[in-house]
Amino acid sequence: MAAKNLRCGVSIRDFGAFNAPRTRAWLREVVPLSYSGFLGRAIFGLVITAQGLLAFGLITLGVIVSKWRAAPSVTLPLVFVELRRSGLRLIPMFAFMSAALGFAVIGQAVTQLSKYGATSMFLGNIMVLAVVRELGPLFTAMLVLSRSGTANVIELGTARAQGEVEALEALGVDPIHYFVMPRVIGMALGVFSLTIYFIMGALLSGYLWAFLQDVPLGPGDYFKQLADSLTVLDFVILAVKSSFFGIAIAVITCYHGLAQPLQLEDVSRATIGAVAQSIIACVLLDAVFILLYILI
Amino acid sequence: MNTPASNDTVPVIEMNGVVVGSLADPDRVVLEEVNWTVKATDYWVVAGMHGSGKTDLLSTVGGLTPPQGGSYRLFGYEMPIFDKERLGERLRLGLVFDNGQLLHQLSVKENIALPLRYHRHLSWQEVEERVKTIMELTGLSDVANARPSTLARGLSKRAGLARALMLEPEVLLVDNPLSGMDLRQAQWWVNILSELSSGHSFLHGRRVTIVVTAQDLRPWRNLDCHFAILKKQRFIPLGHRPELAGHTEPLVRELLAETATQP
Repeated sequence: MAAKNLRCGVSIRDFGAFNAPRTRAWLREVVPLSYSGFLGRAIFGLVITAQGLLAFGLITLGVIVSKWRAAPSVTLPLVFVELRRSGLRLIPMFAFMSAALGFAVIGQAVTQLSKYGATSMFLGNIMVLAVVRELGPLFTAMLVLSRSGTANVIELGTARAQGEVEALEALGVDPIHYFVMPRVIGMALGVFSLTIYFIMGALLSGYLWAFLQDVPLGPGDYFKQLADSLTVLDFVILAVKSSFFGIAIAVITCYHGLAQPLQLEDVSRATIGAVAQSIIACVLLDAVFILLYILI
Repeated sequence: MNTPASNDTVPVIEMNGVVVGSLADPDRVVLEEVNWTVKATDYWVVAGMHGSGKTDLLSTVGGLTPPQGGSYRLFGYEMPIFDKERLGERLRLGLVFDNGQLLHQLSVKENIALPLRYHRHLSWQEVEERVKTIMELTGLSDVANARPSTLARGLSKRAGLARALMLEPEVLLVDNPLSGMDLRQAQWWVNILSELSSGHSFLHGRRVTIVVTAQDLRPWRNLDCHFAILKKQRFIPLGHRPELAGHTEPLVRELLAETATQP
């Protein structure tokens, strides 16, 4: 143990301690010995995972700050690879999904509002409330998670299982700098940009659907309603929230792929855990931002 | 104590009572009480049966797993030397894994270029010439753009050697280079390691300290090497070549078994 303390830098393999098989074996018990025991195990599991994720997130932040300028010729292309995967290549799917979301929100809103004869008065407000503030960022995060978040866990889990982390360490390359940093930056930028495109697409398609449903609302009025409902705070929160979603997904998927000793057969289990935890993390983050709206 | 003596007589690797943990599970002890001194330009062959802890020993020597106990000094520095300031010392040591351990998302060429590009901040054009030379030397020119998963095991391992040599290490740790190799491949490995040991043109004629692990001592027994075996969690130095032939240790006799043909 004394030797371990001598080690000043942090190795990604240190995280094995959180998930070493013998620490975890009792957490995997399916049949509860008693309900309190079952609950206790669940809570302990949650605490251990939260602790690991937090530590991993902080270490990643430390590496991003301290190695920001190290080896850009190697890491910058990796950022672009991630940006392409979590951004550019998702645009066709997002075009379709934004049209569908615009239709869903406007369709429902028109049906409800027409009962009160107020169809044309609140469409802009509803779009801002539903799409800009809530559905846009959350929907984008879920779609990016399902498309490239899962790919991250599988890719990194396989790399981990095949000893690539050790290979990088032997070459003096920090695995967090090489594997995690580009993914975090790429995904934050990707989710942020996609959210903007997604919201713009949904707002435009929303008008199109309203027009097709013969709502007596001119484009000028619609966009005026939108502009009136938006505040500066909306833009700030949108930017911060969507980037945070990207960072949370990247950190959680990388943690599950890299930070535990994996065999190839563990990769599917790691993916399931990463997806579930990413969704929970995004929803919790979203709740924090709703609090901000209430407080400010 | 973490300051090395300044003269050249400092051993490259100096282990006193080191307890080696497993790479897969660092809390499990694989070797106990390793007392071992490797001097600059030495050529060591460490042999042992399958599962005797050869890879774990090299992982500890290479700084991948911290020693569980005892004192280990590399170039006179107390190990493990993971912190940033010691990166220079760490890169003086190259590690070639049993199956190459290439990064699967990169091509063979990119794998080999990675250490130079990462540590020396060089562009692709600047490293290309060097990469080309090492690939010709290791017979990888034909598979330069292939993905590691499509390579035969022998070629993966050569790519691992090429990648380790790119940073021109002073010490080269090679894990089980001859496992699963045919006679010609085995001979290639023995030759290249001997050349590196006596000074290869790729490294400007500088002699490299080499530690090789093996499951079979026969290919090495005519070389001017130091020998050691791993047995029952012990590291047993056997001495130099002449002392090997008359050794009474049963495992040595087994590893030197005359029945099979020598490559």
